[in-house]
Amino acid sequence: MQSEPILELDGVYTDIGQYHILRGVDLHVPRSTVTMLLGRNGVGKTTTLRSIIGHWRARQGFIRYDGMDITKMPTAEIARAGIGYVPEQMGVFADLTVEENMRLAAVSGPINSARLDWIFSVFPALKTFWFAPAGNLSGGQKQMLSIARAMIEERKLYLIDEPTKGLAPAIVSTMARALADLKRQGAAILLVEQNFAVAKALGDFADVMDDGHVIWSGAMSRLSESDELQQKLMGLSLAGN
Amino acid sequence: MTAAPEHTPTMVRRSVSELIVPFTPFCLVIFLICAGYLAIGIPSSWMTLTLSGLAMGMMYFIMSTGLTLVFGLMDVINFGHGAFVSLGAFVGVTVLLQLGAFSESPVLWQNIAAVLLSICAAMAVCAAVGWGFERLIVRPVYGSHLNQILVTMGGLIVAEQLIIVFWGPEEIYFSRPEMLKGSTEILGATVEKFRVLVVSLGLAIFAIMRWVLRRTKIGLIVRAGVEDREMVMALGYRLRLVFVAVFIAGSALAGFGGAVWGMYQEVITAHMGNQALILIFIVVIIGGLGSVEGCFIGALMVGLMQNYVAFLAPKFALLSNIGLMVAILMWRPMGMIPVVKAK
Repeated sequence: MQSEPILELDGVYTDIGQYHILRGVDLHVPRSTVTMLLGRNGVGKTTTLRSIIGHWRARQGFIRYDGMDITKMPTAEIARAGIGYVPEQMGVFADLTVEENMRLAAVSGPINSARLDWIFSVFPALKTFWFAPAGNLSGGQKQMLSIARAMIEERKLYLIDEPTKGLAPAIVSTMARALADLKRQGAAILLVEQNFAVAKALGDFADVMDDGHVIWSGAMSRLSESDELQQKLMGLSLAGN
Repeated sequence: MTAAPEHTPTMVRRSVSELIVPFTPFCLVIFLICAGYLAIGIPSSWMTLTLSGLAMGMMYFIMSTGLTLVFGLMDVINFGHGAFVSLGAFVGVTVLLQLGAFSESPVLWQNIAAVLLSICAAMAVCAAVGWGFERLIVRPVYGSHLNQILVTMGGLIVAEQLIIVFWGPEEIYFSRPEMLKGSTEILGATVEKFRVLVVSLGLAIFAIMRWVLRRTKIGLIVRAGVEDREMVMALGYRLRLVFVAVFIAGSALAGFGGAVWGMYQEVITAHMGNQALILIFIVVIIGGLGSVEGCFIGALMVGLMQNYVAFLAPKFALLSNIGLMVAILMWRPMGMIPVVKAK
């Protein structure tokens, strides 16, 4: 019997002001897997991640993480329960140094040096610019810092919003390797990603959203192999993307 | 484990101009002091005006620094800050008068102890009232600037009236502690002894705040929270508690400033905080919202400018700080050291 998913969304509705953005999202993220959240722009992918972390509150429905109902839980407690969040805008603190950003992310105490060594091996740029203000980093380095910050403490689940957006191919492959490392360590990842090569390489499962709800769920391999399915769900062939 | 990627970066040496830019605001204070020297021409007068300007600046800094953090971190426009300045002055002076044996003694350490005890009492009372003010008045209006302005102004008026109820409507005149009266000579300039104490206290506050903000975890959380509150919460910090702590600290610092300001003027009124509020806002805006360093520089510039212009062209003294603010905002629209970016 398959174990209980690490994250479950059950009929989640979220409004932003007068706009109904999520209209009954049902989503399951199995443990130790990468689940891709796909769909065109504006269908509610970012809102789904923000509703999970508690930045926006679900008006209706349930969000369960590791057996706990986190629908109404404060953001800080959701994060402390073991969810790492990397927003689309990266959320790097520009006036803090790289070291301060990382120290801040180590919520439970001092930075674990073994884990930091691992992060430096994945993102050597962070070691080079350790004492530099994060605002001086390039876009790719800021994205590395944003992911490294989520990785500095062990998490059961990572919510990552378009980590490769606008990045050079060399940095995209670094990101992909970092996420693959996290998966190997047993973490689950819910990843919003537009880069199909990355999605195909990393994804175990895919959930396709449209108009504020999930319209298809299944194995990533099934989606990536079927042009017809891609056309039907997203109106484009991902192979050409 | 993953091997290092091929695009490992290298450090590039920064140009001289890039190294200088972050220190430009600090250089402005020195520039202003030099400009003051050239304009005044008489070294002893210039020195006296400069030292008293720095002392005034330190008082403005102490009164403003709490507001800049509250503004920056909590996005709260707190017009009630002036009430804590007045309350601090009344509590501080009341305690100072109660410590007559110490403040009238010809022993310097006893005088300083009386001043410090008065300041501690002012801070403690303002911190406690600040806690209640945040909980009852500010908390319901988080996120709404118009409501914040209305209710905190209402809070300021109510607080002033309560001060009148407790201490009476009359101005209270008193004398500074014995050994802190009169002046002393420093580098050929005559400087009031109390101003020397104020400069020392201001520098101590600045050093402590910098240490807390730069070297401690709570300081990191506050600095990060000023930049991006949502992300700090997403990292696992309960920012609401930090908000309350910062509001309490800001209120206590306003009380500190009020007590020192009252002792400096040797007269206190219920409206003194309200009157200082315009200068406090000018300092916070010049410095850049949320920046303690910016607030420090802004306060020194306001203090110096006020003194120099009052000496050179007394008619323009009142306009000098508005002019300074306009000039700074034309150069840097977000203030000298902006921490809070446009939200």
